[in-house]
Amino acid sequence: MRPLKFLLKKEFKQIFRNKALLPMIFVMPLLQLLVMPLAADYEVKNINISIVDNDQSSYSKELTSKILASGYFQLSGYTHSFKESFKLIESDQADLILEIPHNFEKNLSRNGFEKLFIAVNAINGTKAGLGGSYLNSIISDFNQSISIKASKNTPDLEFKSIDIASLNWYNPYMNYKIFMVPALLAIIVTMIGVYMCGLNIVKEKEIGTIEQINVSPIKKHHYILGKLIPFWIIGIVVFTIGFFGISWLVYGIVPLGNLFLLYAYLGLFLVALLGFGLLISTYSETQQQAMSVSFFFMMIFILMSGLFTSIDAMPDWAQKIAYINPVTYFIEVIRMVVLKGSGLVNITKHIFIMIGFAILFNTWAIINYRKTT
Amino acid sequence: MEQLIIFIKKEFKHVFRDNKTLLMLFGLPIAQIILFGFALTNEIKNSKIVVCDYAQDISSIQITERIASSKNFEIKKTIFDKEQIEESFREGDVKLVVVFPANFHKDLNHFNTAQIQVIADASDPNTASTLTSYINNIVRGYQQELNMTSMGSIKIVPEIRMLYNPELKGSTNFVPGVMALVLLLVCVLMTSVSIVKEKEKGTMEILLVSPMNPFTVIIAKAVPYFFLSLVNLTLILLMSIYLLDMPMNGSMVLLYFVSSILILCALSLGLLISNVTETQESAMLITLMGMLLPVIMFSGFMFPLENMPVPLQVISNIVPSKWYYIIVKSIMIKGLGIMSIWKEVLILSLMTSGLLIVSLKNFNIRLQ
Amino acid sequence: METETVIKAVDLTKKFGNFTAVDNISFEVNKGEIFGFLGANGAGKTTAMRMLCGLSKPTSGVANIAGFDVYTETEKIKSHIGYMSQKFSLYEDLTIAENINFFGGIYGLSDKELKEQSNSLIEKLDLSKNANKLVGELPLGWKQKLAFSVAIIHKPSIVFLDEPTGGVDPITRRQFWDMIYDAAESGITIFITTHYMDEAEYCNRVSMMVDGKIAALDSPSNLKEQYGAATMDDVFYYLARQAKRS
Repeated sequence: MRPLKFLLKKEFKQIFRNKALLPMIFVMPLLQLLVMPLAADYEVKNINISIVDNDQSSYSKELTSKILASGYFQLSGYTHSFKESFKLIESDQADLILEIPHNFEKNLSRNGFEKLFIAVNAINGTKAGLGGSYLNSIISDFNQSISIKASKNTPDLEFKSIDIASLNWYNPYMNYKIFMVPALLAIIVTMIGVYMCGLNIVKEKEIGTIEQINVSPIKKHHYILGKLIPFWIIGIVVFTIGFFGISWLVYGIVPLGNLFLLYAYLGLFLVALLGFGLLISTYSETQQQAMSVSFFFMMIFILMSGLFTSIDAMPDWAQKIAYINPVTYFIEVIRMVVLKGSGLVNITKHIFIMIGFAILFNTWAIINYRKTT
Repeated sequence: MEQLIIFIKKEFKHVFRDNKTLLMLFGLPIAQIILFGFALTNEIKNSKIVVCDYAQDISSIQITERIASSKNFEIKKTIFDKEQIEESFREGDVKLVVVFPANFHKDLNHFNTAQIQVIADASDPNTASTLTSYINNIVRGYQQELNMTSMGSIKIVPEIRMLYNPELKGSTNFVPGVMALVLLLVCVLMTSVSIVKEKEKGTMEILLVSPMNPFTVIIAKAVPYFFLSLVNLTLILLMSIYLLDMPMNGSMVLLYFVSSILILCALSLGLLISNVTETQESAMLITLMGMLLPVIMFSGFMFPLENMPVPLQVISNIVPSKWYYIIVKSIMIKGLGIMSIWKEVLILSLMTSGLLIVSLKNFNIRLQ
Repeated sequence: METETVIKAVDLTKKFGNFTAVDNISFEVNKGEIFGFLGANGAGKTTAMRMLCGLSKPTSGVANIAGFDVYTETEKIKSHIGYMSQKFSLYEDLTIAENINFFGGIYGLSDKELKEQSNSLIEKLDLSKNANKLVGELPLGWKQKLAFSVAIIHKPSIVFLDEPTGGVDPITRRQFWDMIYDAAESGITIFITTHYMDEAEYCNRVSMMVDGKIAALDSPSNLKEQYGAATMDDVFYYLARQAKRS
């Protein structure tokens, strides 16, 4: 154990002496955590609608005001032709167009049937889908209300209605930040782990100091532990600052679940992750290579982890990739424990999988790290 | 001029000798376009939901069947006790619970009104509201059919046209985004690291004491990455069009022109980073730690910029990939010409020249 | 006094693919000896040395270092040797005292030993004013002297020096050799590669490597006599010119 003590002392000194590195570890990630959730708001609101009312009737006016009163839509233009409205779509000022045809009211009262034209900018599929679906339900509400009015004349009123009471659990105000902050924290810990650990050993290789270590009687696992432990501690510290200082204090996210459980999982995750960083560094000769490889995986870690887009929505093969991504599990666990108060029983699967990752990466890395060529 | 060519050759050799770096230069963009083009989607389908059915009557069963047959939902299980709802959510994969109260059908028939409770796991608010609105539509459809007979025969048929992306594919939105991300970051990273590496190894001094004009050194560093990035762009475009069925409605020439501006912008940024850093490690960390998330966030392909607080919207303006993303979408998908996007192109160009001037000036100062 | 063999190599060979970097070399080095390992660039010196240090596995042959086998007992070898590579390999972002402490520590020195060693070392190198300076800020000559002192901090039985005086001024080189003599005096065997032929003259015995083989091995005076040369320089030229690979 004594050599380990010296190794750790050395690593900490090197890290804390590196004035370029420290802000990169502590300031930049936490600053991002502070700012990014404000940007990461996927809630679809303010859907911009452009209305072409060719009818100018009481029906068309009623429908228009219903739409604008719904709170989902913002009027970006009230134009005279579809063409004009389309310009608004091209310049991204409008997301959808509602065109009310000539004689809308007349045809409805006379024929009991009329079409409405809706065009949605579907480049962003979610916004398009949701906007279309909101508009649809407003129109069918409107349809119902004019039907009822019309049927007031008929004596037998047999109108059935089903009320939907929707409840939003865990996040009643539908605050997207609550969803993003814990996950972004997870990503920040991941970045620190992979980049720092991945670059560190390679740096010693490139500078040549690793030779001096290799001729010494230091044991392989001591050296590796000497590299892992400092980053493990830094990971925990950054997480703690982010968790209590930013997530809790700034964003008011009070964890519902057991903190001990969360930290235990974080510790386990870091072991797996640092093992991965180590693995990268054992395969690289230069920092440039290590960085290229870790950048590659980092992109996958971030984009395929369910951080931004739901894993359920991915095609099967992509889901498989997402589920061999350790970050996916950590993000799931942190969201479950913090937001829903999930307990040990709920995350048992996650724990075993992460133990698997930890063993796999670290064993692989230790085997691949040779003191001899 | 001859010197310059010798130099550029040297730089190309550096790049092509290092397999792992080549992997990043070409493998990364290719793999990511494929991966994200297919995998990233905001479409919500097969969401697991739970039905809590106290009624178990004809109406509740009919509605449940409709939900089950929708491609958006997959009914994980049916429970008969509200107490189990919380547990279902805690397991993580259940996104929504539909509760039918007892006597649902009876209420609907006798009192003409009945209630359904929809409980969504709103820790992901977006999925929650989308799923709730889907359920809403299904129930409304059911209701409308029930009333068919009794209602006056008024019917409004909304005809919805999905412009640009009729199948609502995620790739239409994400591919231009990933393009912007990859081109920008790879280029910044490669330039900054390759220059700082020479600084770190001391070879930069050798170059600078040579009779070569310092700007020649810089140009020589930049040229290979400029060309490699264009090759990269071509690969990405070929894949997007032939593999991901991305439309290419606008002018290819214009797209290449604008992409060249973005690449130049990235090169200048890389140069700037290499001016302010002394080690490869810090150059990489600035790029990867400092730029990755902001570029993803502020380009606008992940999160709608208009949702952001105003200060952040202002900040997003200094992210070059934001403008590039708008331009690529306009050219490729909307098929717009330069007349419609000249503003964005101008902003990107100004940004590029600004960065270029600042970084070259900085480089010059460092030499004296 | 009976001589004790501390390095023994028999038919030691290292191949990289088709290329035989070290070709069947055999030699012995005795305790307390200053053994010079000479050869042109690419002759195989560094490869041979790396095998002896346990950094590189031999392709074939036998080698014993301080009584331990290079195939199976590399870890034991490592605690009995010191090594100084041609690339400066102390931590430049640690201070002098911290480097001494670190390397002493990983070689298992006790706190008391560490303290004594580091004090006497700093004093000996006349670095007391600079003990808390980062190593990166030192001039090259001092760095090299420090690196040597650190390489023998745990009193190894053998120290391997790979071109330790490259790029160092003549005065510092003299001081460096004084340190080598002191170390040899205290019973540490010195195994040194060098390009400087005047340094070869300081060695008790030198071996000349040509094309991965040992072309000559004897004391400097015997070698000069054998090849009828006035200086080691001439011996070197004579042998090196026979090299087939460059």
